[in-house]
Amino acid sequence: MRRASDKLSLFTVNLSATDDKDLVEISKSMGLSLSLDEMRYLKGYFKTPPTDVELQSLGQTWSEHCIHKTFKGDIRTENRVVRGLLKNYIARATRDLKKPWCISVFEDNAGIVDFDDGYVVAAKVETHNHPSAVEPFGGAATGVGGVIRDILGVWGEPVANTDVLCFGPLDIRHEELPLGVRHPKYIYKGVVAGVGAYGNNMGIPTVSGGILFDKGYTGNVIVYCGCIGVLPKDLYIKNTREGDYAVMAGGKTGRDGIHGVTFASADLPEGSEELRSAVQIPNPVVEERLKRAILRIRDGRLASGVTDLGGGGISCAAGEMAHRSGLGLDVNLDVVHLKEANLAPWEIWVSESQERMLVSVPEGNVEKVLEIFKEEDIEACVLGRFNRSGRIKVTLHGEVVCNLDLDFLYSPPKVTRKAAQVIIPSARYRLDEPRDLAEELLTLLADPNVRSREDVIRTYDHEVRGCTAIKPLQGEEGGPNDAAVIKPLKDSWMGLVISCGINPFYPDPYWMAAASIEEAVRNNASVGGRRVAILDNFVWGNPEREERMGSLLRAVEACYDLSTALDVPFISGKDSLYNESPLGPVRPTLLITGVGIIPDLRRAITLDLKREGNPIYLIGLTKDETGGSAYFRSKGIAGGACPKIDAKVSKRTIDTLINAMDGGMVMACHDLSEGGLGVAAAEMVIASDGLGLAIDLRRAPSAVGRSDIILFSESASRFLVEVERGHAKGFENLFKGLPHREVGEVEGGRGAGLRLHDLKGRELVLGSSEMRRAWRGY
Amino acid sequence: MRLEKARACVLRVGGTNCDLEVKVALEELGLQTEILHMNQLKKRRLSDYHMLVFPGGFSYGDYVRAGAIWGRQVITKFRRDLEAFVNEEKLVMGICNGFQVLVEAGLLPGNGVSGVPTATLANNSSAKYECRWIRLRVDGKRTPFTKIMKVGEVVRIPIGHGEGRFLLPSEGALKELIKEGQVVFRYALPDGKPAEGAYPHNPNGAVYDIAGICNKKGNVMGMMPHPERAFFGWQTPVWGAEPPEHGDGRKIFEGAVEYLKRY
Repeated sequence: MRRASDKLSLFTVNLSATDDKDLVEISKSMGLSLSLDEMRYLKGYFKTPPTDVELQSLGQTWSEHCIHKTFKGDIRTENRVVRGLLKNYIARATRDLKKPWCISVFEDNAGIVDFDDGYVVAAKVETHNHPSAVEPFGGAATGVGGVIRDILGVWGEPVANTDVLCFGPLDIRHEELPLGVRHPKYIYKGVVAGVGAYGNNMGIPTVSGGILFDKGYTGNVIVYCGCIGVLPKDLYIKNTREGDYAVMAGGKTGRDGIHGVTFASADLPEGSEELRSAVQIPNPVVEERLKRAILRIRDGRLASGVTDLGGGGISCAAGEMAHRSGLGLDVNLDVVHLKEANLAPWEIWVSESQERMLVSVPEGNVEKVLEIFKEEDIEACVLGRFNRSGRIKVTLHGEVVCNLDLDFLYSPPKVTRKAAQVIIPSARYRLDEPRDLAEELLTLLADPNVRSREDVIRTYDHEVRGCTAIKPLQGEEGGPNDAAVIKPLKDSWMGLVISCGINPFYPDPYWMAAASIEEAVRNNASVGGRRVAILDNFVWGNPEREERMGSLLRAVEACYDLSTALDVPFISGKDSLYNESPLGPVRPTLLITGVGIIPDLRRAITLDLKREGNPIYLIGLTKDETGGSAYFRSKGIAGGACPKIDAKVSKRTIDTLINAMDGGMVMACHDLSEGGLGVAAAEMVIASDGLGLAIDLRRAPSAVGRSDIILFSESASRFLVEVERGHAKGFENLFKGLPHREVGEVEGGRGAGLRLHDLKGRELVLGSSEMRRAWRGY
Repeated sequence: MRLEKARACVLRVGGTNCDLEVKVALEELGLQTEILHMNQLKKRRLSDYHMLVFPGGFSYGDYVRAGAIWGRQVITKFRRDLEAFVNEEKLVMGICNGFQVLVEAGLLPGNGVSGVPTATLANNSSAKYECRWIRLRVDGKRTPFTKIMKVGEVVRIPIGHGEGRFLLPSEGALKELIKEGQVVFRYALPDGKPAEGAYPHNPNGAVYDIAGICNKKGNVMGMMPHPERAFFGWQTPVWGAEPPEHGDGRKIFEGAVEYLKRY
């Protein structure tokens, strides 16, 4: 490494005289996270020694985090080669479905679908796992901030946030934790506070999500942050031209968040304390002001393009904007507002300091745009100008510190990964039927993975903006709704329906992914959502290891199959690989977020019971599918069959349910997921004020001969539905040919609770308050 | 005054985030409403308006103490204008962070614009941010905002705050406030009786279950709960077969509009 400037802290790196060992060392010491193959490729490319700024640019852009090498690379199995997981499965499903309402998929910062009245919806879900493992509050908060900027980055106005969090067990003993792994309780508190602080401060309601606990997350916490926005379709402007100016605005640039993306593209090492500098510092109020300014610029049609600064900082945002438009860009780093004076050029270039956006502005509008930023108390600078060079050229104090060809920068060498055959554990199990099912149900209601999330939900503002129609907690007693409904437009009753699906405990990665997709769609349908678009977020271990890659491939296969069969296109996705800690890999986890619509949100269905005497129907077939179920896990039982999905039946069931809802037949509805029929029925009673349920297990559509299995199996495609008494016949007619049966009715009167008859005809009674106490702790 | 002539102004600064829904509520009742950033107020005059709303949010990040910075800014820059506004018995409303601002600027609970806080909205007793639907008992009718409501009436409105525990410096100050009829809303139990501090009915531990107060004249009113989030029936958390037609918060805005019609 040789100093290349008298004034600047700028160095050149001579690659030509290096051997493989040197290359690996250079990548490591500069924090590039580039592989030997990639370093060799660079050695062959550069005729003269590159600057450190250029190498850092490449490290950022070619990181797994930014360019998704694994999803774009070749996957080699024993007997075939898959050329691109994204192209061949996920994006292909969307292509095959050819939905005219998909406006922009897998291209921009967020997926965009049509909504109503000239408006479109933008949705994006991100992960922020590595930062949250090291600095939980800042990591989670900046995760939320980042995904909100993704929505601003397509000119969307954020209307709702989602969050799904996975932690290690809170009661794990300190002695079980190796050096560098923080206690789940510490991580949990920080993450929950961070998510709340950012969303609340920015005034965006957090309306949907979930929390999971498992040993597989002890070393690798998962923080999924989602944001959904709306915008007028004709203001989705991405048309950067030659001669336009690049204007950067927002927070100051500093040393926080250096190498965030390369950090996120490697395993978490033992001494991860030193990596705190890779975590950014959140300041939601700056982003709130930035949001106002960006939306004013949008409404005034003053800019030709927009993108956010996230991973890789200016280097990635500026490069991407120029490259997308087939242009080049000259950048002058002198104008950047800095947090401290003596940053090295490469630090300014790749810093991931938060709350920054980049807009491209035609010459005549620059002054107006700067004026708006000023009015909103936001610092802005004219960073550079777009040209036809096809190169990104960066100067500081008059010296060129980086000059790269953009086509080269965006075409990293393709990677090849090997995938091993997945071994599915045996489904055989041994469990005697417990004597007291009521006791079992109460235990399950209090299970960390089933119990109420009220203590977290209440710390998130889910009412701000005044647009939340169906809430995370519904009814007089706050039961858990399956999906949230937002009313984003003042003059339209069209509702936006937001749901999640996540089933990482199912033993077969194929059916685990399938179940997550179906659950997201099922949850959406439970409140009346339809025309669902889905987003995928994979969190996996190191893809360079064959067995991790094998399970990833199997999960991705399910994505194509279920997406096409259920008629739900993927519109956006993001993968976070390399989730490995001294405790091993993360539990492979796929989150599916569903974004649906309901034409008149006043007809949305909630889970709380409505009227005494109404019949309750169980829709769907209950099979002996308990592998990875909450029931088996709470008993520590391995084995059990993984819930499988007959996609044709599933689609017909969901479509029929929506028809019944539109026909005004359905009064309440709840989907059956974790904890099966027992937990779903209990939750409906818990949400209701003075009403209860009587359910006879003998009437459940099922061939299973055990009460506990019928009560707790997690078979897919099932719903519990309260039907208006007068519509019972019509309801049954609609469901002809699909598994369904009236299993009981809504009961009223003092002390109404859950009254079950098991297969032997024995009666079990659980009081509402007893179930509430178990489920929510008071 | 004819309603068409009345003008409301919803103020905002960096970190304000409930301005739009307040505007929607007021416009729904036929009141012309403008959202104005404090930076734009230099070009405009407060005297052009008849109602001023300080909405919810986290003004300037609430980094010092909720509402403290905005409260100071109001006093430093607009004290005279604000005094004239209040003296003319025009309406000033503070919701959540806006209530905190009115207290910090000394518009509440006193009279006029003192510039010195004489009460506080401290951290919730639960030490947490709380977002929940609570019940409010209408306690006083001194203010136009409760004009069309009955004393003892119970309304359901959500709260969303981390610093909402209303506190006064002395027992005497509380007696004075009660005597003057300045207590507007109190947190209540399901049966309508005051919560007597019982959590979560009184969600923040406020003294005397105080959720909202007014000044001596009644034209300045501040409250922690968000009536704009309980304006439409579909915003409420308990639906029958369909949502109710209106939310309870609507009445508070209706009271203000009735007053302006007669102003």
